[in-house]
Amino acid sequence: MKKRHKKSKYMGAKINPKYFSASQIKFYLILIPLAVFMIIPVIYVINQAFKPLGELFAFPPTIFVKSPTLKNFKDLFELSGTTGIPMSRYLLNSVLVTLITIVLNLFITVLAAYVFSKKKFRSKKVLFEINQLALMFVPTAVAVPRYLVIVKAGLLDTWWAHVLPLAAMPVGLFLVKQFTDQIPDALIEAAVIDGANDITVIRKVIVPLTKPALATSIVLTFQQVWGAVEASNNFITDDSMRTLAFYLSSLSTNNTVAAAGLQAAAGVILFVPNLIIFIVMQSQVMNTMSHSGIK
Amino acid sequence: MIAANTKRIKKSAADVREGRRSMLLLFPYAILFSLFILVPVVIAIALGFTYFDVINKPSFTGLMNYIYLFTQDTVFMKKVLPNTFLYALIVGPGGYAISFLLAWMLAQIQSIPRTIISLAIYTPSMVGQVFIGVVWKTIFSGDQRGIINNILLELNLIDTPIQFLLTKDYFMQIMIIISLWSAMGIGFLAMISGILNINEELYEAAYVDGMRNRFQEIIYITIPSMKPQMLFGAVMAIVNAFNMGWIGVTLSGANPTPEYAGQLITNHIDDYGFIRYEMGYAAAISLMLLIVVYLFNKVAHKFFGSKDE
Repeated sequence: MKKRHKKSKYMGAKINPKYFSASQIKFYLILIPLAVFMIIPVIYVINQAFKPLGELFAFPPTIFVKSPTLKNFKDLFELSGTTGIPMSRYLLNSVLVTLITIVLNLFITVLAAYVFSKKKFRSKKVLFEINQLALMFVPTAVAVPRYLVIVKAGLLDTWWAHVLPLAAMPVGLFLVKQFTDQIPDALIEAAVIDGANDITVIRKVIVPLTKPALATSIVLTFQQVWGAVEASNNFITDDSMRTLAFYLSSLSTNNTVAAAGLQAAAGVILFVPNLIIFIVMQSQVMNTMSHSGIK
Repeated sequence: MIAANTKRIKKSAADVREGRRSMLLLFPYAILFSLFILVPVVIAIALGFTYFDVINKPSFTGLMNYIYLFTQDTVFMKKVLPNTFLYALIVGPGGYAISFLLAWMLAQIQSIPRTIISLAIYTPSMVGQVFIGVVWKTIFSGDQRGIINNILLELNLIDTPIQFLLTKDYFMQIMIIISLWSAMGIGFLAMISGILNINEELYEAAYVDGMRNRFQEIIYITIPSMKPQMLFGAVMAIVNAFNMGWIGVTLSGANPTPEYAGQLITNHIDDYGFIRYEMGYAAAISLMLLIVVYLFNKVAHKFFGSKDE
């Protein structure tokens, strides 16, 4: 009897509870202040971007903007720097480079994931292991050799220098492959019996059923490409071919107080698309993550 | 017998065709992967044994770079290496432990607040380099407009603003705080969904078997049931720690960082590779970095890898 009582004292954790209970209060007490700490710097910079000059210089500094203005964004767009290239050009470059990279990445990732998940061939396991090893690839470690590859391949000062180095993303392939593993083989066999070839199988079966993983791949590729400065820094010498992230980061290196509003506006321009894309695809990303395990 | 033989030949012929088709589908990914990930790593290993100034052809120097690295490069041995280990240990495993605990707590609250709070915690990891620079440079700015300095002045804790980003005193601590702040990325998301997907019957069974507290529950149920996600999260945490290497240079606006206080291996590579153009030496340091990352990963696999695969 006594033993029974002891057991009932601890009921086990309630994972994913449907209702609020007092036992959750302690978690909220930790999580809410922490979430505030995490998000305050972000909110601060977003407010900073909308502050008129007077408020930027205000002392003591305030977090929230009192009379918001778009002046910082306007100034940023009109500023063409020493190069004489307007910001809209950099923006256009970034949009194009990002779009092309995402499309290329999706294309090659789906094909490779299909092969790794559903095809049988000898070196498959070894090759996938190599990809898994590459999850820990640190691009900055090989910035020099990457530069040499770009030079040798004749990609210096071409649009491909932006796109190709970022198109093959080991994490993306890994996640899409894990997700493809969930598709029953019978489904593919049925399609093959109906006369479908590999491309049809990919188009009609794999792509529709791995949408969450593909969405995740888009989110991750976007985050990488949109903020990437490596190509503009190292592989491109023609200013008119550099990207927004590069332009805005070169802006933030000359650190005058008057530029604070411009820098904040620049940060917001780079950050907001990321946020929107993530929020839109958030449930797909979480769905993919449940298959993200490495065995 | 003959029939069986021809059947086997036919089958293997079909296999070969199938294999070729598979290779064709794999080709686009494989070629880009090789060109920009595999080949650079191989080149880094090879260049590490040469002297190379970008203009002249690399000349073979054997182990000279490595000998210099470990015996002459006092900055590397005295500053860069200890800095990197301190930084990577706190941001890697430390950030990892924090993201697990956060995921574990988040799994135990209701779905809507969970989504909002996770978004707030995840956001810093996707804001990007420029944004991080802007945020933290204003917060730690060395004049009285810097938020931290302003608070300290208001509280009368200091008389003159502290040059957080231009002196060595607080530099590493600030780098670590910022890196942890932005470390809750997809590894963190993977762990949330890992915990949410654990079969609840496991907890019930363990509770019937006499599990007594949450600590036991984490050790015996939660972590073992989500090992694959734990490993994915660990790999992501390690990679993130080393990929954040630019943070010191962004904060101080110069490479090297003030008195090398925030100098990490990645900055040392940049310093030699793209500032002094000693590419051979930079490649040797790169190889050291890859080895360090690999060792960290080995440890992670030891903890969470499964033996059967």
